[in-house]
Amino acid sequence: MIYAFFQAFGAIVYREALLAYRHRAELLNPLAFFVMVITLFPLAIGAEIVLLKRIAPGIIWVAALLASLMSIDNVFRADYEDGTLELMVMTPHPLSLLVLAKVIAHWLLSGVPLLCIAPLMGVMLHMDVEIIGILWITLLLGMPVLSLIGGIAASLTLGLSKGGILVAVLVLPLYVPILIFASSAVDAAMAGLPVVGHLSMMCAILCLAMTLTPLPTAVALKMSLS
Amino acid sequence: MFMRFLYKFSSPPYFYAISGKLLPYLTIIFLGLISYGLYGGLVTAPADYQQGDSFRIIYVHVPAAWMSLFVYIVMAISGGIGLVWRIKLAEIVSISSATIGASFTFLALVTGSLWGKPMWGAWWVWDARLTSELILLFLYLGVIGLYNSIEDKRVASRSVAILALVGVVNIPIIHYSVEWWNTLHQGATVTKLDKPSIHIDMLIPLLMMALAFKVYYFIALLLNCRNELLRRESQGKWIDELLERQS
Repeated sequence: MIYAFFQAFGAIVYREALLAYRHRAELLNPLAFFVMVITLFPLAIGAEIVLLKRIAPGIIWVAALLASLMSIDNVFRADYEDGTLELMVMTPHPLSLLVLAKVIAHWLLSGVPLLCIAPLMGVMLHMDVEIIGILWITLLLGMPVLSLIGGIAASLTLGLSKGGILVAVLVLPLYVPILIFASSAVDAAMAGLPVVGHLSMMCAILCLAMTLTPLPTAVALKMSLS
Repeated sequence: MFMRFLYKFSSPPYFYAISGKLLPYLTIIFLGLISYGLYGGLVTAPADYQQGDSFRIIYVHVPAAWMSLFVYIVMAISGGIGLVWRIKLAEIVSISSATIGASFTFLALVTGSLWGKPMWGAWWVWDARLTSELILLFLYLGVIGLYNSIEDKRVASRSVAILALVGVVNIPIIHYSVEWWNTLHQGATVTKLDKPSIHIDMLIPLLMMALAFKVYYFIALLLNCRNELLRRESQGKWIDELLERQS
């Protein structure tokens, strides 16, 4: 039984990875978006080193959040349009498990590339190396939560023709806690304070999101199919 | 017994009839409570020794802020009931609460910033309670936006119920994360368990106002529900009968 779950989970992640590999160019889009948003900030507020150093973690986090938001809208759309989603609902596996696999795949394909390039952005914004490390850990813990919560909104707006901006309205208020804990962890690190507390809270939120969010997402997906 | 009452009450024609009978009484209760509360709050309550007369805005601000959360919880619970038992009336209660709750939240924010200008010297500060109230407003706007963008209103109500339930799980997390993030707002003065740090002459009108707001919410909810019911059931036979009886 458990083995079958893992097999189904793995099959979905593999399929998503394969699909992404066949559309390699699309993988770059969130990444390009992330880099460009970050580039806009020094242009808009000036390239003063002290100022940039102070606000760099916030800029990187907001840019990562927006990049995740841009791509989450499409996480179920293609499957919904070509009927794959209906087949997934008909499999004997619980839909919430398959949903979790799809969202994890979304994180692997949009979150992990950001994780790779975020340290570079940190260096460009004059952050110190150890602060970049903390920022990287917060992104590692926080980005999956963004994908998981975004999945709920994506499934709720699935049948709608104009889902894009609505997804943002639904999801941004729910992103607040993770943004606060991440940026206060980095702030604490900059002030030389311990950050374990903030990181533990982020881990807790990640566990909560992993276990709870697939359920409403699955219910909403079934609803959009009926 | 209770379930039978619930089933009967949730049938649209029965609800429509009984809510129509309830409305005049509720309006009288509301007018009594609000006139007592406003008179007590604006005239007989003593001025605050620090804030002078400008503290009197709490008679609108605090009840509105309480209601903003209360209505959200009502919306989520009735949405959940609608989701599980497919009771049409519960769905209607849920979505009818959304606009009212958003208005209460907006009122709390506006009165809060009117009070904040003389007291804190700024219209808006990024304080924990203000920020979480603002985020609550965003949650309401999300609910309303989602409901309006789905054509089939029964599907829309169920989607909104899921969103409201997700929001309910999130509200404590948002609240405490924002709390730790920044706090300037004064602490709770009424719900302190040992002894409220508010004078009794100020407290009683405040509680009356809170009750008045609750009754007002109930009135607005019934009116909203009746409208929504008529809109959704416009093909229903009972509406034809109702129209015949009225003409």
